[in-house]
Amino acid sequence: MGRSTGYIIGFAIAICLACSIVVAGSAVMLKERQEANKVLDRQKKVLDVAGLLGEGDISPAEVNKLFADNIKTKAVTLDSGEYNESVDVATYDQLKASKDPAMSAAAPANPAKVLRVPNDALVYHVMKDGEIDLIILPIEGKGLWSTLYGFLALEKDTTTIRGITFYQHAETPGLGGEVDNTRWKALWPGRKAFDKDWNPAITVIKGQAGPPEQDPYKVDGLSGATITARGVGNLVQFWLGQEGFGPYLTKFRAQGS
Amino acid sequence: MASNREIFVDPLFNDNPIALQVLGICSALAVTTKLETSLVMSAAVIVVMALSNLSISLLRNKIPPSIRIIVQLTIIASLVIVTDQVLKAFLFETSKQLSVFVGLIITNCIVMGRAEAFAMQNPPIPTVIDSIGNGIGYSIVLIFVGFFRELLGSGKIFGIEILPLVTEGGWYTPNGLLVLAPGAFFLIGFFIWGLRTWKPEQVEETN
Repeated sequence: MGRSTGYIIGFAIAICLACSIVVAGSAVMLKERQEANKVLDRQKKVLDVAGLLGEGDISPAEVNKLFADNIKTKAVTLDSGEYNESVDVATYDQLKASKDPAMSAAAPANPAKVLRVPNDALVYHVMKDGEIDLIILPIEGKGLWSTLYGFLALEKDTTTIRGITFYQHAETPGLGGEVDNTRWKALWPGRKAFDKDWNPAITVIKGQAGPPEQDPYKVDGLSGATITARGVGNLVQFWLGQEGFGPYLTKFRAQGS
Repeated sequence: MASNREIFVDPLFNDNPIALQVLGICSALAVTTKLETSLVMSAAVIVVMALSNLSISLLRNKIPPSIRIIVQLTIIASLVIVTDQVLKAFLFETSKQLSVFVGLIITNCIVMGRAEAFAMQNPPIPTVIDSIGNGIGYSIVLIFVGFFRELLGSGKIFGIEILPLVTEGGWYTPNGLLVLAPGAFFLIGFFIWGLRTWKPEQVEETN
């Protein structure tokens, strides 16, 4: 059974070469489709939180059209709250930017456990008759097991919440995973993100909150998922605050755009 | 030499990789909260196992025995990555739910086990049959567990509501235990119990 050392080394190299060609080939060939899927998935969630997505399945072409017709994407420099027109919104990858030291900064310790904040963030304006109807902000932060990524939709008064959705998380299905439950998400619209002095006020409480008119700053917790629910409250507050979109929303209120 | 039919049928119930050999339990716990992910995971394992064992069987007389394990692992790992890429490109939603577990097929003992125990000694055709048989044996358990976990844990089958939940205005209070990993342990236990009642020769001798 003895094989020469040369044969063994040669065989190992041949296997590695063959395998790397297969892996690299499939990664390169499928890359375009995967990227398209990611963009499509994000567009779908933006449309969903904007309330533009109806029931049932929707084809990729329809998603593209709805998105192009109704949504304007803008990049915002978080520190100053100004629009940054030099960012190409079609290709800007905010999640990648958050990991790049040149394009992000470490966040101060915060209850949402956000580690890095990108210099520029994307916001989505939902347009209606040529005017801004809704502002959609990307949000992220820790739940129990995982980082939750999602969107928050605000009316143009910048405080009335119109919707919330998460497009990526790995919370326990049936418990923390209930953040995807449409009944729970339906509790958010109508509540207020900021109090009278424009401090972030919305929280997720334990137990049940009243209707929005009565309890404007409180949302019901998820039973069996205290930590996920607390995480959602913290991360929403973080992104509404000074480290997140606070400066931008202040400017928006002053200028109306 | 067993016939092709025996090679295929044996791992389904007589020599089931999960129930008798108790291999691949980790993924059986992790991906079975829903029936759909169970099915996709089963398909992914069958494909990876058939292709990797086919390649290993074709190369079996060329692979130097001193590095055979690492060669098997390289082939399996490459095919797993390709499968993951294909899922991301064509079944994006499901691949998001399966997340890291497709990658972890590499560590699924069933794949390695069959490569070492069968593919290294047998010609390609019986090898592929053996791989598919073992893959289906694994799938049977996954689908069994996935079916009950989704039905009793969230009142749904394939995401369609079967038992109306209390939270949605129905009558069924979902069993939270079943959506957590221990629930799958109980179900696999029941499966093995049932199987060994049906086929008492599988019961290990007690000392």
